[in-house]
Amino acid sequence: MKDLLILGAGTAGTMIANKLRKKLAKDQWRITIVDRDDRHHYQPGYLFLPFGTYTEKQVVRSRHTFLPDGVDFVIAEVDKIEPEANKVALTDGRELGYDYLVIASGTSPRPDQTPGMSDGTEWRKSIFDFYTLEGAKALAEALNKFDHGRFVVHVTEMPIKCPVAPLEFLFLAEAWLRERGIRDRVELTYVTPLPGAFTKPAASQHLGSIIDERKIHLETDFMIESIDNEKKALVSFDEREVPFDLLVTIPLNMGAEFVARSKMGDDLNYVPVDKHTMQSKKYANVFAVGDAGDLPASKAGSVAHFAVDIFTDNFMELIEGRPMTEQFDGHANCFIESGDKKGLLIDFNYDTEPLPGKFPFPKVGPMDLLKETRANHLGKLAFRHIYWNVLLPGRPMGIPTHMSMAGKVPLTTTTENQE
Amino acid sequence: MPTTTINGHEIHVDDEGFMTEYDEWTEDLGKVLASQIGIDMTDEHWQVIRFLREDFREQGETATVRRVQTAGGVPPKRLFQLFPQKPAKKMSYVAGLPKPHGCV
Repeated sequence: MKDLLILGAGTAGTMIANKLRKKLAKDQWRITIVDRDDRHHYQPGYLFLPFGTYTEKQVVRSRHTFLPDGVDFVIAEVDKIEPEANKVALTDGRELGYDYLVIASGTSPRPDQTPGMSDGTEWRKSIFDFYTLEGAKALAEALNKFDHGRFVVHVTEMPIKCPVAPLEFLFLAEAWLRERGIRDRVELTYVTPLPGAFTKPAASQHLGSIIDERKIHLETDFMIESIDNEKKALVSFDEREVPFDLLVTIPLNMGAEFVARSKMGDDLNYVPVDKHTMQSKKYANVFAVGDAGDLPASKAGSVAHFAVDIFTDNFMELIEGRPMTEQFDGHANCFIESGDKKGLLIDFNYDTEPLPGKFPFPKVGPMDLLKETRANHLGKLAFRHIYWNVLLPGRPMGIPTHMSMAGKVPLTTTTENQE
Repeated sequence: MPTTTINGHEIHVDDEGFMTEYDEWTEDLGKVLASQIGIDMTDEHWQVIRFLREDFREQGETATVRRVQTAGGVPPKRLFQLFPQKPAKKMSYVAGLPKPHGCV
């Protein structure tokens, strides 16, 4: 009997368990998945909680209902991996051996890493995050009371998971202020460590123009040193200050602490992996799939989804002693809410910038790429159902794993550098 | 891949002028690259640049501001003084290395 051990029952881990349980013979392979609790969060839903669009019930389900029969679900905290011995120690003293290990423990916001963020007096009073359920709920209450002043949306450092979410939050907040009739009493600022609105130059230009149109002040190249709780201001290493009455921050993101304890991570606890196969650069029987690895791709559910497809096909080849033939291309596909019940859609990979055009069918769409439409907004809302009912159970979704150029309009002029 | 000539040496660069061939770099070239972006190299600058070169050889990636702090021992505040405004970009330019990624 061989053992496949998966650490993390989130998006990537759950999909892998579902797909591989169908492919691996039950009398030859045991599959075990470990997580610290039985609550699976639909993280993209956090974005809508502060505005009252979604409720907690719509974004949290039980993890085990998404795991198939024949997968052992262990609820425990991982202490560390011992890769030389092919085993994982849990904090309750138990040990789990493996033939193959998948690290799918994701990435988490770490407000404790910036002085004055969660250790100051203003945390969850005037300083909020929305990448956690508690944070999003607390922010919903704060927004209800907010009626004027300096409203700052801030990104601490890249990479963060769902890198478009801060902009979506910004656009939704701007539209929400207009709906409430208080937009002109609020000074809205977006503070980013990047040189422009977004990471990818073509999309950055497009999203930057939306920021301009909506009269949002943009503060770029801002690397935060600390938050001054008394002055209520962000302070950068080059001594700029951005004062706020209400701050919504995206804290530094880091991989799981057990990765650091196992000495298997980089400076941010991400596991170094081959960017085309997600195989550990150090251990051939270890993979890191989803946000847990150091792929130079967006940390996002769509990336995890496409990467899982590649991984599971490769895994079947690997265990039969054949070379892994599938190559992940860094494909990402993200809806971007822009407020007023509209949204954009971007589709890109390691080598190709987000381009305008139609998706997924050339000329027909129905989605427009890099353009604000109502169809894209509806697509985003529909995705919650797809996530629970199609994606997590590992059912085919009808979107190609590799990025396609079909329906896209290549940029005729070279994209102007954003810096 | 475009090339450019500095001090009589032909070097390979990308669209933004970042050197693309690790072995074409010398400290003399580093000094010229620094002066192009208004930086007068001091011992402290060289300490950072030498760390970046060494680290790239071992890791195959350009160190981020965070890594220069954790592995190289130079705090971000100091990096912002040595390479003002955009330390990650400026130090990798001078060191003849690609811009650090992480910005994806």
